[in-house]
Amino acid sequence: MNVLGDLLSSMIAFAVPLILVALGAMYSERSGTINIALEGIMIIGGLVASLFFKIMSPTVTEFFASNPNPISQFFMSQSIVLVGILLAAIVGAIYSFFLAFASIRLKADQTIGGTALNMLAPALAIVITWAVQGQGQTAILTPAWVPLASAPVDANFFERLFLKNMYLTTIICIIIIVATIIIIYRTKFGLRLRSCGENPAAADSVGINVYRIRYTGVMISGALAGIGGLAFTLAAGSGFASTVAGYGFLALAVMIFGNWQPVKIVLAALLFAFFKSLSGMSGSIPFLPSFTNVKESVYIYLMIPYIVTMIILAITSKKSRAPKAEGIPYDKGSR
Amino acid sequence: MKTKEFLARVGSSLQLFFAKLWSKIKNLNKSKSFISINASVFSIIIGILIGLILMLIVKPGDAFYGLGIMLTGGASSVSNIFQVLYTAAPLLMTGLAVGFAFKTGLFNIGAAGQYVVGAFCAIFGAIVLKLPWYVDIMLAALGGAIWGAIPGIFKAFLNVNEVITSIMFNWIGLFMVNLIIANTPAMLSSTYGGADQSRTVDIVAVNPGAKLPSLGLEGLSPYMNIGIFLAIGIAIIIYIVLNKTTFGYELKACGLNRESSKYAGINAKRNIVLSMAIAGALAGIGGALTYLAGTATMLIGKTIPPMGFNGIPVALLGTSNPIGIIFSSIFIAYIQIGGNAMQPEFATEVVDIVISVIIYLSAFSLVIKQLIGKILMDRKHRKEKQTNIENGAAVKPESIVNTKKEGE
Repeated sequence: MNVLGDLLSSMIAFAVPLILVALGAMYSERSGTINIALEGIMIIGGLVASLFFKIMSPTVTEFFASNPNPISQFFMSQSIVLVGILLAAIVGAIYSFFLAFASIRLKADQTIGGTALNMLAPALAIVITWAVQGQGQTAILTPAWVPLASAPVDANFFERLFLKNMYLTTIICIIIIVATIIIIYRTKFGLRLRSCGENPAAADSVGINVYRIRYTGVMISGALAGIGGLAFTLAAGSGFASTVAGYGFLALAVMIFGNWQPVKIVLAALLFAFFKSLSGMSGSIPFLPSFTNVKESVYIYLMIPYIVTMIILAITSKKSRAPKAEGIPYDKGSR
Repeated sequence: MKTKEFLARVGSSLQLFFAKLWSKIKNLNKSKSFISINASVFSIIIGILIGLILMLIVKPGDAFYGLGIMLTGGASSVSNIFQVLYTAAPLLMTGLAVGFAFKTGLFNIGAAGQYVVGAFCAIFGAIVLKLPWYVDIMLAALGGAIWGAIPGIFKAFLNVNEVITSIMFNWIGLFMVNLIIANTPAMLSSTYGGADQSRTVDIVAVNPGAKLPSLGLEGLSPYMNIGIFLAIGIAIIIYIVLNKTTFGYELKACGLNRESSKYAGINAKRNIVLSMAIAGALAGIGGALTYLAGTATMLIGKTIPPMGFNGIPVALLGTSNPIGIIFSSIFIAYIQIGGNAMQPEFATEVVDIVISVIIYLSAFSLVIKQLIGKILMDRKHRKEKQTNIENGAAVKPESIVNTKKEGE
C-alpha cells in the first residue's frame, strides 16, 4: 500500500508538467501554430522562478525565524511561490512572443523560430546561472520552503499520496485543466480559437482577427509552458539545471496522443507518467520482474513508457485528426 | 598543322569559358543567390554582435578577448583546424538528415536517435565483428535507415505524425543501445582492463582496420581523417539525387503536395518511408564518422547526444540545400571549437546563443532579402538615370523642344 502511495504521488509529480505543457501546446495548435519551442519556454520559466526563489530565500528564512506560527509561515511562503508561478507564466508568454512574431507576422517556417528558441533557452540559462552563482555552478537549488507540505517518515497511504511531492503547481494545474475545458468548449474565445486552426479564411470572413487569436493562442501556450517548466524543476527534486530533459517534446507527443482534446490529453499524460514512475521505482515494487541476469535492466523499464505510447498510438491513430490549418501561416491575401 | 588547329580551338574555347565566367561574376550581384548569401552574412554579423553585447554585460573586461577567441579559435592551430573538420563531418551528415527530410515535407526530429543507432552499429561492427571501416559505415547507414524508416512507416500506414514517433524512438533507441552495450562484455572498456564500466573500448586498440584512413597525415593531428571528404561527397550525391533525378523530383513533389502527387501517379506512401529511411541512413553515417575516427568512445548515459539535434540548426542555416549545409556545418563546427577555447572566461554556450540568434534572423530572411534587393535595385536605377541624363543632355534638348511645340 505504501509503495502504491509513493507510485501515485510520483506519477502526479511527473504528470503535472506534462499536462500543463501539453495543454499549452493544444492552445497554440488549435489556433493554427505548431509550438516546437515548448522545451525552451519551459527552461526559461524554470530559470526565472528558480532565480526568484533563490533571491527570496533569505527573506523567507528571516520571516520564519521571527514568526513561529505555522499558518502565517505557510501563507507567507506559498504567496511567494505563487508570485514565482506568475513570473514563470509571464516570462514564458513573453518568450513565446518571439515564436509568434516569426511565424505569424513574418510568416516564416514555424520550425525556424522554434529551433532558435529551443537552442537559445538552455544556453541563456547556463550563462545567466554562471553570472549569478559564479563559474561552473550550473544548478540552482530549490529552497526547502517551496513544497506545500512534507510527509512524516512513517506516513500511511493517504499521507504519501497527498503530502509527498505536493506543490502549489499541482493545485494550479487542476484549476487550469478545468478552466481549459470550459474555455475551449464553452466560450466565444474557444470557438474562435478552434476556427482559426481549422479554417482561418472562413474565420477572417466573419470578422475574427486571425492574427490576434493566433498571437493569443501562442502566448497562452507560452505561459502554461513557463509554469510547466517550474513544475518540472520541482518534480525533478534536485533543482534547476538548465534542462527539462526532453519534456517539452514529450508534451508535444502527449498532445498528439491526446488527439488535441483537453480531457484526452490529461488522461494521456497520466498514463505516460504512470509508466514513467513505474520505471523509476521498478526496484522497490515486488511483483515486477527484476531481470537479474540482465545488466543495467533499468533501461528495459525506461523504454516501456515510450513503447506503450507507440502501441496505443498505432491502434488509435486512424481516428487522430490534427487541426486542419496547423503549421500554415495565414496570409490575408490568399483568401 | 593539326596540333596548331587543336591549340587554337582550345584557346578559343578557353577564351569563351573565361568570357562566360567574367560575365557571370559581373552579373553576380544581381542574382538571387547573391542576395540570399548577403542576407545570411547579415544575419551572422547581427548574431555575433548580440553575442558580444551579452559578453559585455556578463564580463565587460574580457568581452573583446572572448569574441576574438570565438572567431579565431577554430583556426588558431593546425590541430584546431582538423578538429573543426572532424566536428563538421557528423554535423554535416545530421544536417543532411534533417534537410533532406525537410525537402520532402517531413520534420525529422529523430536524427538524434538515428545518429545513436548508427553509431552503435558502426562500433558493434568494428569491435565485435572486427570489420573494416567501410563495412562499418554501411552497417551504420543500415541501422540508421531502419530507425528512420520506422517513423516513416507509422506516418504512411498508420497516420501517426512523424514528429511524435521520432521523439519516442529517439529515447527507445538510446535505451536499447545502452542495454545492448551493457550486456555485450566484448564492447566494454572494462573487459580489456580499462577502469570505466560504462564506456566502449577504444576501437583502434581492438581493430585498427576500423579507424577511418587519415591519408598518412595523422602526424598533423589525431583528428585528421577522411570523414569530412566522405560527408561532402555524400552531400553532393544528395544534391544530385534531389535536383537532377526523377526519384528526387517525386520525393519533393510528395513534400509539396501529397494529394496532387498521388493524383499524378506517384506512390506517396512508399516515398514517405523511403525518404525517412534515406534521412535515417544519413544520420547513421554521421554516428559512424564520429566514433570511427578513433578519438571518442561511446558512453552509456541517460541523455541523448546533442549531435542529432544540432542537425536542425545546421539544416536551417543551410536552407535545407545540401550544398548550403556543407558550408553551414563547417561554420557551426568552427564557431563551436572557438567557443570551447573561450572557457573559462565565458561559458561555451555563448556560441549557442550566437547560433540561435542567426537562425532566428533567418526567419527575417525574406524581409532582409527584400531590403537588400531594393537597395541594389535603387542603386541600379540611379545609375541608369544618371547615364541617361549624361547621354541625353547633349542630344535631347531639341527633341524636347520639338515635342513641346507639337503639344501647343
